[in-house]
Amino acid sequence: MKIAVCVKRVPDTETRVKIAADGKSIDEGGVKFVLNTYDEFAVEEALKLKEQAGSGEVAVFALGGDAAQETIRTALAMGADRGVLLKVDAPPADPFVAAQALAAELKDGGFDLILCGKLAIDDYAHAVGTMIGELLGIASASAVSKLTIADGKGTAEREVEGGMEVIEFSLPAVVTAEKGLNEPRYPALKGIMMAKKKPLEVKPITLGAGGIELVALTLPPERQEGRILGEGPDAVPALIEALRTEAKVL
Amino acid sequence: MANVLAVLEQRDGSVRRVSHEALTAGRALADALGGELHAVLVGPSGISADGLGAWGADKVFVAAGDTVAQYQPAPYAAAAVARAQAGDYAAVLLGATALGKDLGPRIAARLAAPILSDVTAIAHDGGIVVHRPVYAGKAIQQLKVTGKTCVITIRPNNFTPAENAHAGAVETVPVPDEAPRARTVAVKESDGAALDVAEAPIVISGGRGLKEPEHFKLIEDLAAAFGNAAVGASRAVVDAGWRPHAEQVGQTGKTVSPNLYFAIGISGAIQHLAGMRTAKVIVAINKDKDAPIFKVADYGIVGDLFEVMPPLIDAVKNARGN
Repeated sequence: MKIAVCVKRVPDTETRVKIAADGKSIDEGGVKFVLNTYDEFAVEEALKLKEQAGSGEVAVFALGGDAAQETIRTALAMGADRGVLLKVDAPPADPFVAAQALAAELKDGGFDLILCGKLAIDDYAHAVGTMIGELLGIASASAVSKLTIADGKGTAEREVEGGMEVIEFSLPAVVTAEKGLNEPRYPALKGIMMAKKKPLEVKPITLGAGGIELVALTLPPERQEGRILGEGPDAVPALIEALRTEAKVL
Repeated sequence: MANVLAVLEQRDGSVRRVSHEALTAGRALADALGGELHAVLVGPSGISADGLGAWGADKVFVAAGDTVAQYQPAPYAAAAVARAQAGDYAAVLLGATALGKDLGPRIAARLAAPILSDVTAIAHDGGIVVHRPVYAGKAIQQLKVTGKTCVITIRPNNFTPAENAHAGAVETVPVPDEAPRARTVAVKESDGAALDVAEAPIVISGGRGLKEPEHFKLIEDLAAAFGNAAVGASRAVVDAGWRPHAEQVGQTGKTVSPNLYFAIGISGAIQHLAGMRTAKVIVAINKDKDAPIFKVADYGIVGDLFEVMPPLIDAVKNARGN
């Protein structure tokens, strides 16, 4: 089983966002960067599938600046075999451009399965993995919370409003991971030591032009602080009254 | 003169509300561009596109057949792309639902076009400019489309459907027979809870303050008292295995914009606030008067939720007649 996993370096979920002086990006001062949460599920699933198959390879691909090497090392410490950084100044704003770059790299890799997170918790595009599948002309299933691979075929379950869709597909395929797919392992000390010796290739690439331009990044409007209606059950009538007459939602 | 194409979503043959929202957003954009609004509807044999003109569609292209009664990625994408390539469309719009989040990127990739996901505002200012929340709503990105076309998925519950009568002429088109590499073989309905937390007009969320998974009954009872509410959960209780991930609200769960949001026994971690701060009205019940949730709540009650909830459930039942 030869598996590729696409990963991204993103600010941790506890990050308090501040806008940088350029008005288009976040101020990275004091921000902790991590392996994208959903990509952790993708890495874990790849490792599990390789272990089940008894042989194979898990290769990790990232598109980003030099610092993304650290993100790849995290995946290697979890147990992936090798890493490739497609080196650019910064990840592109246009998901199609990112998908093009990754698809070009993965095209001749001979992978049975390409795993990605369903979205990156920075840009929330929810697009790159599915786009890679389309660009490679192979099957894809997105936001998958249960995956079974056997005999060159896959079965995936994905949550839809009010239910679960069951999808069958042939390999090779792209699957993007939803939370709940598995419990990602923590890199053990031994894994972290071994990761330092695993191959990590850095390939500078040139991105396509894309079709969108980032105009500005702003903070959302602050919510007006509301009011405390009271303490304990005695405040319930005041709440009902406020919902009925002020907010008009009851 | 560029037109706009809306890709509609149906379930069991009925066009979903989010598609009325997409038509409404599409109509406004088409008017700004001086063009027409067209729509593509793929669904079961006999599906009706009558009445879609009321939501602003000039023309509706219908591909109906039993092989596409439910969402199938390949033929749905092929039908949308065939239409998108047959005309001059500045944008293809669809809802950012489970279907739209899967179908949108497929259409964009096949058109070699950018995708703008989960968009909350669309304007035209020498080009299409959209607003979309990033970092789970901690910041808003403004993007300008510089290419010839684009795919835009709109956040559900954000564009209010508005009637705006246009011709709504219906034209039948063939169902694409692209050989599927992946096929939806079943849709398992989840038991009971019909309302999805991302789509419900009212969301009642519970957190660690409930102390035990069984106490979520209080959350479910308040949701039932409203009648049209969904149950949500904080990351802490989902990670603890009390509730399914489908109910999680926050940065690694769902981002919701209901008319009314209750945060019960939820302190208000940054990643949770990111997921619900666009709710129209927020109510918080927490025993800690300094909990961050009170900074974003419109109405707060400080107190023991086990004492507050029973009379609240009764009062809502009375008000709603449930």
